[in-house]
Amino acid sequence: MKKSISYIILSVCGLFMIIPFIWMITTSVKSQLEVNKGNVGFLPIEQYSTYEEDGIIYRITPVKVDGDSTYIHIFDENMNRIRSYEKVATSNIVEKKEFKLHFENYKEAFTKVPFKRYFINTLFVSFSVVFGVLITGSLAAYAFATMRFKGRDFIFYLFISMMMVPQPVYLIPSYVLLNHMGWIDTYNALIIPWIANIFTIFLLRQQFKTIPDELFDAARIDGCGRFRTLWTLVLPLSKSVIVTAAIFGFIGSWNSFMWPLIMTDSPGLRVLQVGLSYFSQEASAQTSLLMAASTFSILPLVILFLFAQKQIIASFASSGLKG
Amino acid sequence: MKKKFDFGPYLYILPAAIIIIVFRLIPIILSFIVSFYDWTITGPGKFIGFENYIMMFHDGEFWQSMLNTFYLVIFVVPISLVLSLVFANFLNGIEKLKSLFRSIYFIPTVTSMVAISIVWKIIFNQQTGLANFFLTKIGFDSMGWLAESRGVTDIFLSNLGINFSGFVQTLSSGIGMSYNTLYLLLGGPSLALFCIIIVTIWKGLGYNTIIYLAGLQNIPKVYYEAADIDGAGKIRQFFKITWQMISPTTFYVLMMTTIVTFQVFSQIYLMTGPPVGGPLGTTKVIVYFLFDKGFGESNNLSYASAIALVLFGIILTLTLFQKRLEKKVHY
Repeated sequence: MKKSISYIILSVCGLFMIIPFIWMITTSVKSQLEVNKGNVGFLPIEQYSTYEEDGIIYRITPVKVDGDSTYIHIFDENMNRIRSYEKVATSNIVEKKEFKLHFENYKEAFTKVPFKRYFINTLFVSFSVVFGVLITGSLAAYAFATMRFKGRDFIFYLFISMMMVPQPVYLIPSYVLLNHMGWIDTYNALIIPWIANIFTIFLLRQQFKTIPDELFDAARIDGCGRFRTLWTLVLPLSKSVIVTAAIFGFIGSWNSFMWPLIMTDSPGLRVLQVGLSYFSQEASAQTSLLMAASTFSILPLVILFLFAQKQIIASFASSGLKG
Repeated sequence: MKKKFDFGPYLYILPAAIIIIVFRLIPIILSFIVSFYDWTITGPGKFIGFENYIMMFHDGEFWQSMLNTFYLVIFVVPISLVLSLVFANFLNGIEKLKSLFRSIYFIPTVTSMVAISIVWKIIFNQQTGLANFFLTKIGFDSMGWLAESRGVTDIFLSNLGINFSGFVQTLSSGIGMSYNTLYLLLGGPSLALFCIIIVTIWKGLGYNTIIYLAGLQNIPKVYYEAADIDGAGKIRQFFKITWQMISPTTFYVLMMTTIVTFQVFSQIYLMTGPPVGGPLGTTKVIVYFLFDKGFGESNNLSYASAIALVLFGIILTLTLFQKRLEKKVHY
């Protein structure tokens, strides 16, 4: 009994969470004509009138009823008007409902603006950022976790305190700085400032600290240098945290919007989010194309999520338990 | 024999340190400096002291953006907190389909705010949107949603037949405050801003639920077993055990949601307008306001920096306040 209440409430709220996505997909395969006619429900069903003549069924639009007959416009299969104001018997006009999926919307949206280029840019930037973050992060975390040196704690807490500063604070001076370096509107501006991440350093340091001292001693006795110990002992023992860091890095980079919006200008450098945002302004009236574009731009991350669901949710959950 | 100085550790932190110092520390320091000048995109200007901060104080647009941002935070944070705790409790109580529900709630968290904003903007479209489709299906009049600048209190009271604007008019002449200011304060967030509130809650709900779920799973079962033996009901158990034990998580969720909500930008940029922040500036939030000042027509980077620092000050104060409160609550 109590369980069934849980299920009902979870389902109703779950529906609210998922409906925007379902509607996004169903609208993306509708024809714009139907949407504009006000057919905005979930089913991609088209309603239209037809008229049969010599065994051929034409699409028509009724104009005016006159007694038993109706004046109509007749269209060919490409919706070009071929005859106007034909007078036909009303009984020969048939209302039709048809279930039709317009997958061509996807192709149209994808080629209308260079989304292919946007995808390539985003993949390039995201992979570079993740790669950089993991390298700089593991090196720094390794030093913070296992080595003693002067200023260690000061530097570490200086980094941590900077994590608190919201992006709008450093956004404007970063623009000035990057402008000064001549990096505005280059890949450098999208990648280099992000190849070190304080949160990743923190995450990896916490993990490296859990590795028992005995293992480090054993490695030292075997004649392992610092770097070899990191490479052959520490990293293999920290696989799951590294995956977590990579997931955070990838999702963050893929979805970042304000930074690339400000730091780049030329269309060739647009990342997916920026390209999508411009597309939404250019094609603001073409709802089904916008829905198609939204669908294919979130698809890669949703697929990644569905494959690595457990790991991703566990990663996000652990981010809240650091206390 | 004196030991040689070991450079090794510094070499390991060097790559990360260079990036963090150049692209984080220096910009943060620079933002303080820039806020006392009148820099534009074309280059450095002259030192003007606190002028940017004084200008902000007299800028009606700044105060409206602040008010809008506060409305956003005041609605989003508590609603999101309560809903996610409720969901997490229900999820914690079931076995079957648990991971399916968890995933459904979580999908908005991993999808981009840009795509989500585009979809929700169309949902709230007056003619071809899903919101009005449902509303008219159940027999209500369609609404303007993102195009509606009237406050939610006004809309609610007007539907009950109460003349809200007339009341504000009388009150404003009575206490000598301008009608517009009083309307913004008493009218609550505009319906347009309320749409943004809904989207912001919807987007962050999955994350908060997952955090709460992890917190709930850390509460030892023995407490509930003991309470069962003592005959305490489920609701009493929730307030006496769960709510107490979960309070560190609540503080974390409270803090994170507050910080994130203060920085809302993408939804405003993509869903509202044209012009962005409309209708009548009722959805202009502080981060969009500083973006507009810095990179819009006036290109006043210094003013934008000053606004960003005030935002930082507010976030920092709230965080420290919450930390103090947390210390008091914890045993």
